[in-house]
Amino acid sequence: MRNNTGTKFNPKRFTKDQIKFYIIIVPLAAFMALPIIYLFVSAFKPLDELLEFPPKFFVRNPTFGNFVDLFQRSGSTGLPIYRYLINSIIVTLAVTALSVLISSMAGYILSKKKFKLKSVLFEINTLSMMFVSCAVIIPRFLIISKIGIINTLWAHILPLLAIPVGLFLVKQFIDEVPNELIEAAKMDGAGDFFIYTKIILPLIKPALVTVAILAFQTAWNNTETSNLYVNQEEFQTFAYYLSTLTNASNSISGAGVSAAAALIIFVPNLVIFIFLQSKVMDTMSHSGIK
Amino acid sequence: MENSVEKQPFLKKVKKFFQNMGDKISQWMDKGNRTSIIFLFPYVLMFIVFIVLPIIVAIIFSFTYYNGISKPEFVGLDNYVYLFTQDSDFMKTILPNTLVFALVVGPGGYVLSFILAWILSQIQKGARTVLALIIYSPSMTSGVAMTVLWKIIFSGDEQGYLNSILLNMSIITEPVQWLQSPEYLMPVMMMVTLWSSMGIGFLAMLSGLLNVDQEQYEAAAIDGVRNRVQEIFYITIPNMKSQMLFGAVMAIVGAFSSGAIGVQLSGSNPTPQNAGQLVVNHIDDYGVLRKELGMSAALSVILLIIVYIFNRIFTSVFREKKGGKKR
Repeated sequence: MRNNTGTKFNPKRFTKDQIKFYIIIVPLAAFMALPIIYLFVSAFKPLDELLEFPPKFFVRNPTFGNFVDLFQRSGSTGLPIYRYLINSIIVTLAVTALSVLISSMAGYILSKKKFKLKSVLFEINTLSMMFVSCAVIIPRFLIISKIGIINTLWAHILPLLAIPVGLFLVKQFIDEVPNELIEAAKMDGAGDFFIYTKIILPLIKPALVTVAILAFQTAWNNTETSNLYVNQEEFQTFAYYLSTLTNASNSISGAGVSAAAALIIFVPNLVIFIFLQSKVMDTMSHSGIK
Repeated sequence: MENSVEKQPFLKKVKKFFQNMGDKISQWMDKGNRTSIIFLFPYVLMFIVFIVLPIIVAIIFSFTYYNGISKPEFVGLDNYVYLFTQDSDFMKTILPNTLVFALVVGPGGYVLSFILAWILSQIQKGARTVLALIIYSPSMTSGVAMTVLWKIIFSGDEQGYLNSILLNMSIITEPVQWLQSPEYLMPVMMMVTLWSSMGIGFLAMLSGLLNVDQEQYEAAAIDGVRNRVQEIFYITIPNMKSQMLFGAVMAIVGAFSSGAIGVQLSGSNPTPQNAGQLVVNHIDDYGVLRKELGMSAALSVILLIIVYIFNRIFTSVFREKKGGKKR
């Protein structure tokens, strides 16, 4: 079907009309991809190619040398690198799992229960999507030290658990679950816990995946916490170690190791998103603020 | 002190408020809502402790002089007055820097991500998925984690990637200190942040675009919409207003959250001649380096207010015409 303006959104197959869009978007995407490709390339460059002048874009003799170097290094007190990585993995898994759990639990109540403060709570949550956490790092520091979780892994985990955008997306998604389904389950004597685990959770998987990705990204890339709330090396994270690497080594020769570390940060993000992108897009179609 | 006298009735009111709340909650629990409370509790607790409480603490400390060791001293509006009248760095460079940066990266990035999403929505599925992934991927890692990359590319000696290309092409005759010179730091920061700003808001708008009912466009064509620009403003945007709004909020938050980038790129706080200094860095500067927590808290409050105002202005465009047809 065509109309006067020739608009065809979400086309199923290639038509000649699309060429003009490709002409704009392909060079742009290529330009945006360049830095990332460069990151991959640098991580596998041997030292002599890194020092080469003028530098070449592509690598000729790829090597794992930078990665080997990286894992032979240690923190300033001799902490081996894999410990930072393990901390990062523990923190990221905990944040991802717990934030999905608590936002889906809260989302279920905010979507399907009726009580007075419900809309107020949701409004507050929507408002706090505007919250910029880096504005309050100092007050957060005071709170974290008051609770007594400073210099523990909890200092990484707890502050990241409440994700207003996450709750927002989950709640919007649960709104789409038909009430009749829940009523029917209640007729059969199902309790809230049963409804939540057996009906809601399986139906809102795309939203859960999206929250998980958001949580993963914030936790995995987080350098702020180690920087401010955790000064004992054995509890710092890999992303933070990467940021100390970049500060220390301005020279090109250190760049290979830094690029290898940055790649370790980047690749999990990429892989996870590639596998789950259709679920994310599904959730985003419910993302509107009304 | 006089303020402790006025505090008394206020504290009583607060206490009464919480008692009432407690009563209401226990009544509500008796009505068989226990699971609701249990389900809501973890999120609400984390939300209060790490989002609401920090804001309250910031507001309270912003009225005090506090160095982190001795007891905070109540100083009224002194911190705010100082920031706006005495702190010339703040008024002359940091505040303007922040506003310019946020305007370019926020609304600028927002328009850019809409245009990209609009183009993407009109090409076929396979290619679209790949291209969307490429455009989205820079936003997956925070700018801070990618600093290493920018440091190689913008390195100030002739081995820096950009320098060597430009030298080779004879555009420049000697290496440029991209990250250390005041005139280049800000543009580099903006570029890097824009590059990584096609995030979740971009995906929301893309999926909004894909979900606009095709018949609307056909009807519009009959009604006399003749060109693409008209179509965008009369059909596309009104039909995905809620995604536009979501994207707007995400764009603003993203713009203000990426404040650490200047310090990371240049490797120093304050940045060279304050060229890339944003309010976020100034908060760090006062709070972490100078240990003036009261001043830092006042800045936090100012920043949160700026973010709020930005959001209000920016989202009002889509909110005001909010029709009744939405669910």
